[in-house]
This record gives sequence, C-alpha cells and structure tokens, in this order.
Amino acid sequence: MNKPKVGIFGFTGCGGCQLEILNLEDQLLDLVNAIEIVHFTELITEYSDTYEIALVEGSITTKHGVERIKKIGDIAKTIVAIGACAVSGGLNCLKNLYGLEKAKELVYGDKKDWIDSIEVKPIDEYVKVDYYARGCPPNRFEIVDIIRFLILGRKPEIPNYPVCIECKKNGNTCVYELGITCLGPISRAGCNSWCPNSASGCEACRGVIDNPNVNAQKDLLAEYGLTVEDIMKQFNLYNACKGKTIEKKN
Amino acid sequence: MADNLNIEVAPLPRVEGHGDLVLNVKNKKIEKLIFRIPESPRFFEAMLVGRKYDESSHITSRICGICSVAHTCASIKATEKALGIKPSEQTIKLRKLIYHHENIQSNVLHVYFLAVPDFFGVGSVIPLIETYPEVVNIALRTKKMANDIMRIIGGRAVHPIRTVAGGFTKLPTEEEMIRMKEMLKLCYPDLEKSLEVLKTLDIPDFERKTEYISLSDPVDYALYDGNIKSTDGWEIDDQDYLDNISEKVVQYSTAKHCWTGGNVFMVGALARFNNNYKRLTDNAKRYADELGLKAPCHNTFMNNIAQFVEIVHSVDDSIRLIDEILEKGLDEDKAMVDIKPKAGRGVGVVEAPRGLLIHDYTYNDKGKMEKANLIIPTGMNYANMEEDMNALVPTIINKSEDEIKLACEMLIRAYDPCISCSTHFLNVKLVNK
Repeated sequence: MNKPKVGIFGFTGCGGCQLEILNLEDQLLDLVNAIEIVHFTELITEYSDTYEIALVEGSITTKHGVERIKKIGDIAKTIVAIGACAVSGGLNCLKNLYGLEKAKELVYGDKKDWIDSIEVKPIDEYVKVDYYARGCPPNRFEIVDIIRFLILGRKPEIPNYPVCIECKKNGNTCVYELGITCLGPISRAGCNSWCPNSASGCEACRGVIDNPNVNAQKDLLAEYGLTVEDIMKQFNLYNACKGKTIEKKN
Repeated sequence: MADNLNIEVAPLPRVEGHGDLVLNVKNKKIEKLIFRIPESPRFFEAMLVGRKYDESSHITSRICGICSVAHTCASIKATEKALGIKPSEQTIKLRKLIYHHENIQSNVLHVYFLAVPDFFGVGSVIPLIETYPEVVNIALRTKKMANDIMRIIGGRAVHPIRTVAGGFTKLPTEEEMIRMKEMLKLCYPDLEKSLEVLKTLDIPDFERKTEYISLSDPVDYALYDGNIKSTDGWEIDDQDYLDNISEKVVQYSTAKHCWTGGNVFMVGALARFNNNYKRLTDNAKRYADELGLKAPCHNTFMNNIAQFVEIVHSVDDSIRLIDEILEKGLDEDKAMVDIKPKAGRGVGVVEAPRGLLIHDYTYNDKGKMEKANLIIPTGMNYANMEEDMNALVPTIINKSEDEIKLACEMLIRAYDPCISCSTHFLNVKLVNK
C-alpha cells in the first residue's frame, strides 16, 4: 500500500490541535509509518506542495489566509478540518460578535490599519471539506480514526448523538444537579463527555448534532428555572459564527 | 563567502506559529535584520469584553494550546485577585503540580522535537526515529507522562477543564496521586540517558549580555507565583508590572514588542535559571553543572539546556508536592471557595514555559469583563532576538550562506518562540527602570 502524502497546516488558532497530534505519543510512530508527512511547519524544516490529504487547523481570519487555504484546496484531494476553529470558526468568532473594526481599534489603536484582519470564517467557506474532527481541543483518537479510514478507503464514523449519551454511560451525576448549565442534550458526542466528567458544563465545542432535540434541552432548562437566553452565551463561545454548526454533516 | 546576502526564511520552521526571518547584508554590513510576524492577530482583549468572570480562563486558555495551563493559571489568578478570592493551600499545591507538567511537556517538545534535530544535522525529529530511536522514545515517554498527569489533575492535557477561579471542579483521588508519583519516579533513568546525549551537543559559543526578567520567590523556583525580578537588580510586586513594562506596535509585526526603560530583555527558562538558580533542587543543580550551565549565563543557545534542567527540577518538585498533599489528605471541602462577583482589577502573573506571562483584568460589579490586557513572553523576547542576531551575524559573516541561515534559525529557535501566543498583542516595552 502506498503511503498517502499528508500536509498539516495551521491557520488562526492556538496550535492545540497540531499539539494533540503530537500528543498521540503511543501511536505517533505508527502514524508516521502509515503516512508520509510532507508539510508540517511546526515540526519539520523540509516541505512539499505535493500531498493528497490536508489536515487543517484554525479559522480563516486574514486575506493572506484566504489565499493559502484556496491553494491547499487546489492541491489536496481530501481536506480534513481539525478542531473547532477550522470546523465552525470556534472561539475566534467572538471577534465577529464584538465587531471587527471595534476590535482592531481596541487592540491596535491608531495603528489598526497596519493589521490584516477580516471577518472570521471556518475553512469550508472557502474550500470543500470532506471530514470534520470537531472539538476544542479535538479528540486526538478521532483524528487517528479519520486517517485510518482514509487509508482504508472507508468513510469515518463520527458520532451523531448527544453528549448526554456518553455522560450517562460514564455514570456522571447530571451537572444541572450541581447547579451548572450544560449543553449536553443538543451537543455532538465524541469527546467522551470530558467536561461533565470533570463536573463542568458542556460548551458545545463539537457543535450541535444533526437533529437536536431542542425541546428536551428547553424542558431541562425550564426544570431548573432557566431559559434559552441563559445558555446562549455559553453556546456562543464556540458557535458564534452564525448557523454553521447546525448545518454541518459528515 | 559573498559580501552580500539576502536571506528570507518564511515561514521559519519548527517554532509554534508563523514568523519570518529577513536578513539583508551588503558589503558585509547588516542592512536589514528582522523577525517578522505575519501570523494573524486574534483580538483576545476584545473577545473578553462583556464575558463573565467564570468564562475568562476558558477563553484565554485558547490563546495557546501548548501553554494552555499557563494561560489558565494567569487568568484565574487575575480573576481571583480582582474578585478578592483566596483559594485554599490545597488548590495552590495542585495548581503548582499541574503547572510543572505543562512545563515538562512543553520543554520536552522543544528540546527533543524542535531544537535537537539541528544538532544532528537533520530537518526534523522524524529521521531520528531511525538513527536515535532511544532518544525519540525517551522524549515520547516523558511527554506522555506529563500529559497523563495533566489529564488526571486538569481533566484534559490541552485546555484543562478542572482548574477554575476559586479552585478545582473535581479533585484527583488519593489513588491517582500515588499513581502520579510512581509515574514520575520512572522518569529518572530516562533523564540520566538524556543527560548523556545532551552532553554531546555542540552548543554554539555565543555571548551577549542582556537583562533577564522572571518571577522570583524566596522558597520556590518560581513558576506559578512570585515577584517580578530582573538580573539588573530590581524586584517589584506582580500587581505593579506596569511600573516597569510597556508595549508598542511595530509595522512589520502583528505582535507587540517590549522594553524596560530603553533596554531589551529576555524571558524564559534561561532568565528563570539566571534569577533563581539557588531555588533549584540539588538534583537539577547537578544536571546544570554536568551540562556546563552556570548562572548567570549569557548564551541564548543555552536556553535549551536550561529547559532540560527545569524538566529535572519539575519532576523532583512534583514528587515533593504529591508527598505534601498526601500527608495532609485531599479535602473535598477545600476544592472550591465561594465566589461573589464584584467590581475590581486584578493582575495574574505566571512563568509560562516561554517566560513571564501577564493577564490584567478589570471586572464590573456584575463580574463582567470591562478591560483586559495580556502580555505574552514571546512578545517580550522579539526585541532581544533581533539584538542577539545583530550580535551573532558579524561573528559568523565569513561562513557560508547556509551556515549563517542555520545559525540564525537556531538562535531564534533557542527562544522556543510561541508566535500564536504573542500575536494578539503589540510590542512590549519595559519603562521607568
């Protein structure tokens, strides 16, 4: 079997998704054997513009970024968006909520015109994305699964059920009982409910499932004297780029 | 060699984020030498405005995946100070414990994966899997140990969940504490083997005196807490950082630069080592000694060695912390303190793996963020990096273009720059010395 050539690229983000790939300590050597990493600026000096698979971290937030992602789109046969910033715009979209010009003014003052910054968008606004490894951070084992399935020529299976399923399986006390608001009922699982496992509310960093039971979430909120408005700020942390997470499909 | 050079390394590989090195030499004189940061700005100071106090650390953690524990801790310290909250002794010990492991993880990544390949004449760690499998395996094992411990204490290695303002949402169990201690003890043979490898590295002979700034504490080798101290002899309370540090914007960079009263300065492992050598464990001191690292050291390339010495210190000190926590017993009642929102300003300063990190928050009476200022270690180092290169290039100007290029790259890499971190900020400056 030919090793597929893989490029790993970072756009606007924290580098945490690429770090999660390096954090695959036990599987990293096998991964390096199964694929040929030809582009990974953060790890490797040499680079090539010939690759079949592109793993892309980060949102598009600059004009220069638009050009770069389009070039990757022209070269790669398969694009995998890695992490919330690439998938949905993620936390970066808080900048859009605040207002682009206002944000530039606040941080760079009268030097704001020196700064190349545009409205934050996820990468699929510019290129066709084949698979999404969601989350902030993404689940590193899911990244490996996607790569494994790509090598085998099969379609990766990404959970399309709510975090509550994993949370129940893990035997957690519902965090609403602890006085914490949680987006678990509508959010996509695949993280093994890591926030509720730590007695914290789900922030929907993996977005919303395809057919969320919105009424169940509303009922739950009502039971604890809360409204949708009360959780919108929590939802907006990773999902402020309008509508994106609800449309996403694998 | 040629009298004229036009070197542009864009992007500079094996650093976190996107930075370009530009060096133009004419008639053997440097005409232009800059480290340009085109990495996209993030605007965290704007994103934070209007958010509630319990969201600040979740948001700012996302500044950097590699030092998310450092950002989380700077953030919760700033929030606690602003809201007048005092976390328990137990909380502080557990924070110091998770903190050590981010420092280990980050230093391992930099020393073994990013810096060491230069010394073996290869472009990445990947060829070393074949030629030096033992070194690669040691790096992977040590990194995994550190990540696993962060997962136990923080619920996650990247962007921890349990570390919040007021304490911990969930505590590790006693059994987990004992397991972590066992994991740490297993590191020692690997550290000894690494020592032998690092002794063989041909660290460039380079010296440029500069000011080194870090946290400092009378007891601890300061990482989580302390006063801000300079090798130039001044020391200030962390709440008063603005007395000595300020930032400015430069046109070729989306990251702000810093100075102290006209001086450039360096932060990071070497700065910590130079200020706090005496607080290292005896074992870490022995490693420093064997590797020829003595305080004060003015060779930036030795920052890599200081990072390794810190790994040893963090392993030693973590075992001590675990023993102390176990001796007192983990107390659920001390996991969290009650928080009541109130108006106020607070500054949280920590030593991120790459150096001094400052979060400065002002909340309104509802506990919502009114103003945030964030000063990032790599932003503080940019000006010093350029001065270092200006000092280095004339000493190697007769070498080949490739050698000059590599030496400059290695010099920048020695700082372990974290460009993603630094690019929502302008240039930083130290003032009023």
